[in-house]
Amino acid sequence: MTTTTLAQVRPSRQAATGAFVALLARDLAVLLKTIRAFLLRTIMQPLLFVFVFTYVFPKIGQRITGDFSTLIVPGVVAIAVIFQGIQAVALPLVQDFGYTREIEDRVMAPLPVWGVALEKMASGAVQGILAAAVVFPLAAFIPVSTVHLHVNWPILLTVVPLAAYLSAALGLFVGTRTAPQQVPLLFSVIVIPITFLGATYYPWGALKAIPWLKWAVLVNPLVYMSEGFRQALAPQRLHMNLAMIYLALIAYSALLTWAGLSGFRKRVLA
Amino acid sequence: MPATDPADDRVVIQTQGLTKVYPGDLTAVDQLDLAVRQGEIFGLLGPNGAGKTTTVGMLTTRVIPTSGRAEVGGIDVVAHPTEAKQVIGVVSQTNTLDRSLNVWENLYYHGRYFGMSAKASRAAAAEHLERFRLADRAHADTATLSGGMAQRLMVARSILHRPQILFLDEPTAGLDPQSRIALWEILGELHAAGQTILLTTHYMEEAEQLSSRVAIMDHGRLLALDTPDALKASVEADTVVKVTTDGDAAALALHLERMEGVASVNVIDGTVNVNLKGTGRGVLPRVVEHADRGGFAISDLSMREPSLETVFISLTGKDLRD
Repeated sequence: MTTTTLAQVRPSRQAATGAFVALLARDLAVLLKTIRAFLLRTIMQPLLFVFVFTYVFPKIGQRITGDFSTLIVPGVVAIAVIFQGIQAVALPLVQDFGYTREIEDRVMAPLPVWGVALEKMASGAVQGILAAAVVFPLAAFIPVSTVHLHVNWPILLTVVPLAAYLSAALGLFVGTRTAPQQVPLLFSVIVIPITFLGATYYPWGALKAIPWLKWAVLVNPLVYMSEGFRQALAPQRLHMNLAMIYLALIAYSALLTWAGLSGFRKRVLA
Repeated sequence: MPATDPADDRVVIQTQGLTKVYPGDLTAVDQLDLAVRQGEIFGLLGPNGAGKTTTVGMLTTRVIPTSGRAEVGGIDVVAHPTEAKQVIGVVSQTNTLDRSLNVWENLYYHGRYFGMSAKASRAAAAEHLERFRLADRAHADTATLSGGMAQRLMVARSILHRPQILFLDEPTAGLDPQSRIALWEILGELHAAGQTILLTTHYMEEAEQLSSRVAIMDHGRLLALDTPDALKASVEADTVVKVTTDGDAAALALHLERMEGVASVNVIDGTVNVNLKGTGRGVLPRVVEHADRGGFAISDLSMREPSLETVFISLTGKDLRD
């Protein structure tokens, strides 16, 4: 065995950028390896949802108002995106902190600890965007009644990444604060209420009939995602104020990023 | 601090007053001063809970010191963790292999994290698979590796980016004896190639076999630091005789302490350890005779050369095993 020459120490910014990109490349490689599982977990719920509500219900004569399909398409896309935050970011982290401790190695890559967490969010956000891209055609083409979508591209192209990032940040926050044995609880206490009370199956404005609920659901970040998608896809309806949607999406992203990063730091550093 | 003494240039790990107090006032490492020289295998020996892992945690940027300084390769680990991480390789106590990647990919992506080009990383991965006898498992799932193979892969991965210093935390804990010896050989080869290694262990044979110098730790403090031979010489005994009695062990210890040539006596788990001068056949009869004269009945007796465990016992009055 010969004496090895030692690696040169690179400036921290250069090293950190390289490590960040390499970690992202690793995550995408893993995503490609497991693309079938990704598609299954991404498609299954929206597929069944769209199938039952917009195909089965009309066929069996359940009364559903005319453009129900149009109304729920944005909600279904929003759910698909927020689920990626849980599935691509939170659950792997829970497993990592709880059992495998693989994260201990990833943290030894030459970038700050928050950089590792940021990369987790970036890769989760990419998966959220992919999920939106996969689910959108499903939701738009399966329903029996015509879906009247009028795509507002500037809104769509800004809301999708924002929503995907917010979901990933939520995933980081939840993932750093959940013990493995709490995962079933995570679904019943966080995921299910968020999706049912996220203005997904009805526009937020329709809640004017139940004023207390209309205001209470505003703590739910999914409301702004659903409403954002609704603005982007079905603008003929009276929706939440667009500025409020953007403001809330950005504010929630910032808050969850901060809480997620500090949670990550606490779990990784002693 | 400018290095004037040429020997100082070769210090690659340095700590000054390094201290870690965990919440709840638990002092894991207490005012630790260490200087590890380039090319050494430096052993941190101590029982579980001695502060070894916390020390390695601080040196590898994972544990934030409460006070004191720590440098690796001349880089302050607290002020510049991203630079510090580039000069170290770490094998932690638990299996931290990337379970989503196969064996080859574990090496390849590690190289990429550390800024190697795709080509260089591919070449390094192939070279390390060969060198660590993992080439036939290149495309295997890491979950299918045996404990020994997983450990070899962790070591291969940790040195892939050619770090100045390699840290191994209890590298052979949980390994079968054969894999342990295989790992010792690997570390020996790395040492021969000039790799600086800091390893923690609670196996005294491991520290003794591998280390150029050994630091003995207990309760977060450094108790002794020297070459294994010098540490053993510090006991000032040639032989350790373990004596078990049916009677009062403490009384027997007191009695044997007065025997000629005895350097020191400890009682560990009801067994009397007598460190004494002299070797060979005459030793055991002398002990038996002396015990007999004191009216003690001996039920078991053995002798061996002093080891690092003897050193630990004479420093702390307790066994390395917990």
